[in-house]
Parts: sequence; C-alpha cells; structure tokens
Amino acid sequence: MKTLNLCAVFLVSLGLLTGCGSKDPDPNQYGSNIDLPTPKRGLLPNMTIAKPAEWGDQVPVVPEGFSITAIATDLRIPRQTLVLPNGDILVAEGRGGSAKALKPKDVIAGIIKAQGNTKVKSGNRLTLLRDSDGDGVYEQQGIFADNLNAPYGLALVDNNLYVANQDALVRFDYQEGMTEASGPPETLVELPKAINHHWTKALTASEDGRYLYVGIGSNSNITERGMDAEVNRAMVWQIDAQTGAYKPYATGLRNPTALAIQPGTDVLWAVVNERDELGPNLVPDYLTSVQEGGFYGWPWAYWGNNVDPRVRPENPEKVAQSITPDYSLGSHVAALGLDFSSEVMGPDFADGVFVGEHGSWNRSNPVGYKVIFVPFSDGRPSGPPIDFVTGFRGEDGKTRGRPVGVTLDPSGALIVADDLANTIWRVVRD
Amino acid sequence: MTVTVDRTYPGTLHPLHTLLLAGAVPLFLGAMLSDWAYSSSYQIQWTNFASWLIAGALLFTGLALLCAIVDWVRASSRHQYIFVYPLLLLVTWVLGFINALIHAKDAWATMPTGLVLSIIVAVLICATAWIGLTCWRTGGVK
Repeated sequence: MKTLNLCAVFLVSLGLLTGCGSKDPDPNQYGSNIDLPTPKRGLLPNMTIAKPAEWGDQVPVVPEGFSITAIATDLRIPRQTLVLPNGDILVAEGRGGSAKALKPKDVIAGIIKAQGNTKVKSGNRLTLLRDSDGDGVYEQQGIFADNLNAPYGLALVDNNLYVANQDALVRFDYQEGMTEASGPPETLVELPKAINHHWTKALTASEDGRYLYVGIGSNSNITERGMDAEVNRAMVWQIDAQTGAYKPYATGLRNPTALAIQPGTDVLWAVVNERDELGPNLVPDYLTSVQEGGFYGWPWAYWGNNVDPRVRPENPEKVAQSITPDYSLGSHVAALGLDFSSEVMGPDFADGVFVGEHGSWNRSNPVGYKVIFVPFSDGRPSGPPIDFVTGFRGEDGKTRGRPVGVTLDPSGALIVADDLANTIWRVVRD
Repeated sequence: MTVTVDRTYPGTLHPLHTLLLAGAVPLFLGAMLSDWAYSSSYQIQWTNFASWLIAGALLFTGLALLCAIVDWVRASSRHQYIFVYPLLLLVTWVLGFINALIHAKDAWATMPTGLVLSIIVAVLICATAWIGLTCWRTGGVK
C-alpha cells in the first residue's frame, strides 16, 4: 500500500512537471484535414517507454480471415525485408548511429529509451529465408552477406541487389536462387554518415530501375546539434543507378524512414517521422507522395506553414514554401515501414498501403505499436486507417514486439519485421 | 581594536565545504555567460556548455548543502546557527535544478527562460557564497 501511495505521488508530480495529466486526449489526426493543438512542453517531456516481454504462446492479432506465424526468430535486430523473385526473403539486420551525448539530457534519455529496445547486438548482415516447398514454413535460414554497416533499405533491380548501409549505398550481384553473396559488395555512392542521429537509410528503386531513392534522416530532433550538422540531411536523394550521381529529390523531410514507388506509376511515396517534444499531439508523422524539388518544412515548419519556435535563426521564406503532406498518421506513432498492397491481400485490403508503426515514447498514452492499412482510391489515400496487425502492446502494458518494415509478398502475404522480438512475422489470407 | 583572523576558529567552514561553495560560483556564472552567448549568436554549442556547467554547479552546491546540513547538526548545540546560508543554498539548488530541466529542452526552446533563470541563480550563488563565507566567522564571534 505504501508503495502504491508513493507511486501515485510520483505519477502526480510527473504529471505536474510535464504540464498535463496522465491522459492525452486524441484529437482528430488521421488523414489530410487534421486538428493541431498549440505546442506545449512541461519541465519534463511526456514519456512512456515500452516494457519488453516475451511473446510466449501469444501471437499478434490479425483481422478475421487472416492468420499470422513467425517464420524466423532469434535474428539480430531485423528492420527491413525484401521479397526476391523466387520467393526468398532477405532481412536487413542491425542498429546504427554514432551520435554522442551533447547534453546531460542525452545521457539520461539514452538510458531510459534503451529500456524499450532489444538488448541484442547489431547483426550488420543480411539473412536469407527460404520456403522450398511453399508450405509457409521457411525451413532454410542462412546468412546472405555479413560485415555490413547497419544495413536498412533494400532494393532489387534486375541482377543488382542494392543495400543502403548507414554510411553508403552498396551493390551486390544477385542471381536467382542464390543463398549467399558471391563476394563483398561494391560501393555505388557514399551516403551522409556523420553523427547519424537518425541513421536509417531507406531505399527504393523507380519502376524502370534507372533511379534509386534514398531517405536520409535529420541529425537531430530539432537542430539541437546545430545547423552545420544538417547539411545533406532530412531529405531524399535521387541516385542514378548506373553512375552513382545524386541530387536532392525532396527536402525538409525530417526522417523519411521508408520509401515506396506506387505500382504502375513513377510517384514516390514516403512515411516520415516528425519532431518530438512539442506535446503528446504534435507533430503528426505522415504518409505523403513526394514531389520532386518539394520542401516539406523541417526544421522551420511542420504540417505546412506551422512555425516551430525552437529553430533560430528564423526563416519565414522557407516556412512559406513548406508543403503540407498528404496524410497524417497521428503524432509519435513512429512509422518505419511502408509498402503498397495488391489484390493478393483480398478485396478489403487490395488498394492501399501498409504502414509499420514502431510506437511512441514521447506520450503518456502510447500510440503506434501496430501495422495499419491506409485505403486508397484513384491513387490517393481515401479513408481512415484500419488496424491490420495489433497486439504488439498488450492490455497488460507489456510490449512484446515493435513493427518496423512491412513488405508485400506477391504470393499473397505481408512480411512484418519485429525489432524487439527479433522475429519476422508473415500474415496470410486463410 | 585589531581584528585577527583565527584559522582554527571552530566557526570556520571546512576547506572542502569552502571549495565546493566557492567552486559553484564560476560554474553558475559560466552558465549564465554561455546562455547569453547562445541567445545573442544562436551558436548551439553555447547552450551545450551551459547545460554541463549547470550540472557541475548542481553537484557542487548539492555537496555544499550536505556539508551545511552536517555543520548545522554538529553546531546546533554550541552556536546560534545562521540559517540564512543553508536556506539560500537550498533555494539556489532548487532553482538551478529547474534551470537544468529547462536546459534539457531542444535548441531555442531553452530561451528566454533559461537565460533569466541563469541570471537569477548566478546572483543567488554569489550572495549565498558571500554569506556562507562571512557569517560563520561573525556568528562565531558573537
């Protein structure tokens, strides 16, 4: 009882310090027409860190008519996956970043946030999963390539397997049926790698294979490492696959963590993680088509022309240029995975995108921790998101998994990488 | 009338206590100057300096406060204790701690509250150290 009282006192004081109660009201923050509260932050940021737990006999929850199984476990921090033409699945495993603590805050926040992540060592490798007899059991699991530097984005163009390490875009020769790379990769182009506060390098290829798109996250939450650290950051590069020549394709995208080309078009889509510490309902992470040459606000503005008061010197010109994204996913959900669906997922989930949400830290009531489906019609998002895979965060407040990459398997499945349980999940129609 | 300073007088602060108390002064002062530099230049490194200087100052004042409490417990039976010193030290520490939390915000979010608090705390620590280092002696003489 005494402990309970102490806990209550502690929670109440935390509530006072963070400038609000334990409940974060959920405003309407899905879609294109959303409510944005005024920025606020108490003396401490709102924080609820995932308490990891084992899955045991449990599995994530999927809609009726679907089932889910773990097809690979005991991986070393799986992030993104790629389904190869023969059905094999490549898994990029690792953890990057070399950002040193700049303030006492970074030391403390680092220790706290680490509680919600896996303790497994970075794999720095690609694992290949194979289901030879097509029974849905991936009986073969081997290392395709090793000694990579925090690989994340994956793309296959003809016989070229591109891997976006945290420091460089590299290329392997790939022949169908390969279970192991024939040698070390060659570097196509070096990517911005200093500090790497946001280290994940998202990757996708245009339908004709001529261009590769790489997402490069900002080097800070909101310029607290200085503007010099943000050169060539918070943008998407367009890279010529033949020559390695690159140019910024779109800028002001704080952390574009997953990219995908809309099938049958040359339109690039991205999910982007927005800034923290402006309150539980700011700033919404978003899904957007990426306009060539477009500027999406970071750091000076968010969701169009809303000024972020934390950035000095101010830049009204850039604020005025800032494009409003297409579709808000809600604040702090931490979208890390994106892929377009197709008919193979059934009529209810045929037209739209799947988004993997890693889950929040900067909120009293956690959000995210699931895979959602955003329905499309006429090539645009057309309705509220639908939960597709849930149960990663249980009713007991424990977190058993955190979704990252989502990939459509054209044979009729969704592949979900889980970097807390170090598991690959496969969702199929019954 | 000649005033002689007696180093072994029982009312004198312990050298470690003196060191901690006096050491906090340049730390808080440095934080204030760093905040002023950040607010006038937008160079982010100044606010990083301020954060660490405040953290160091909190460590020094915290330990000095501990020494003051020990002194108080040991001295209460023999002397009329000067309460204003530990009280001021406590106020300085609490305001300094709030200032540390303000400085944990990102970039310009520390301003202007961070600079205002840094000035208040710098003035407070000067006053506290002054009183702490003088009143003991007069308290002893009384």
